[in-house]
Amino acid sequence: MSRFDAGDRVRVRDAWPEAEGPAHIRTPHYLRGREGIVLRPLGRFRNPEDLAFARPAPHIPLYHVRFPQDAIWPENQPGDEFLVEIFEHWLEAA
Amino acid sequence: MKLTEMPTDRLLEGFQALLLRKGVVTGAALEQSDATMQAASPARGAAVVARAWTDAEFRARLLADGTAAVEEMGIFLTGAPPLGVVENDDAVHHLIVCTLCSCYPRALLGYPPHWYKSAAFRARAVRDPRGLLQQEWGTELPAGTRLRVVDSTADYRWMVLPRRPAATEGWDAGRLAALVRGTDLIGVTIPAA
Repeated sequence: MSRFDAGDRVRVRDAWPEAEGPAHIRTPHYLRGREGIVLRPLGRFRNPEDLAFARPAPHIPLYHVRFPQDAIWPENQPGDEFLVEIFEHWLEAA
Repeated sequence: MKLTEMPTDRLLEGFQALLLRKGVVTGAALEQSDATMQAASPARGAAVVARAWTDAEFRARLLADGTAAVEEMGIFLTGAPPLGVVENDDAVHHLIVCTLCSCYPRALLGYPPHWYKSAAFRARAVRDPRGLLQQEWGTELPAGTRLRVVDSTADYRWMVLPRRPAATEGWDAGRLAALVRGTDLIGVTIPAA
């Protein structure tokens, strides 16, 4: 079961696990705490944060999420977007 | 001798032997993976694009499931991450980057160019993408086109399906494929006839 669908507004968790110890994270820092819109679910993949440390890695839904660029960097052109794969455990409803 | 001082070919040999002995991979899987990488090149991506430009049903299948569509063309990405294809049109232009490392559809296009892996390209592709396209590549987006930067961060590898150039009506797939460069397939340039 996936928690989000295309069109849902989401927020990337403002979390920084790399500050607390060894971590392998596929969520770019510039998106932490930012709001976007789910473009589409991409299927389920094993959690790279566990795979990287040879721990049992559950399959987690992955989403393609688009973010307005100028909300992150005001100099970037309004209307331009980032489109980024984000794992479900990094997303909350916005 | 420290591991880091060992010649890389000896290190590779030892590592490969261990993987085989421990049963992590089979010799056949290693050979297949090597064959896939040897065959991978931007020309393969260009052939996929040219087919999509000349076959609307294939284009739809390519956008829905890139891996399955290229398999139809005899390109097998076994063991590689799934291939996703994003389509440029008159509203949206896509630029591919991997800000975290160097994710690139290697099994299809071959090894990424050195600049694709550079910190400068990776940072500027998100911080100043329009400046990057204009100043480094001379790429001007048509007025009114939105730029969508695809940051390839996880389990897919992304390729751009560029717009078919103007004045190519009636061209066959072979002639069209010759127009497409590796840089068009990640959106830093735009093919033209």
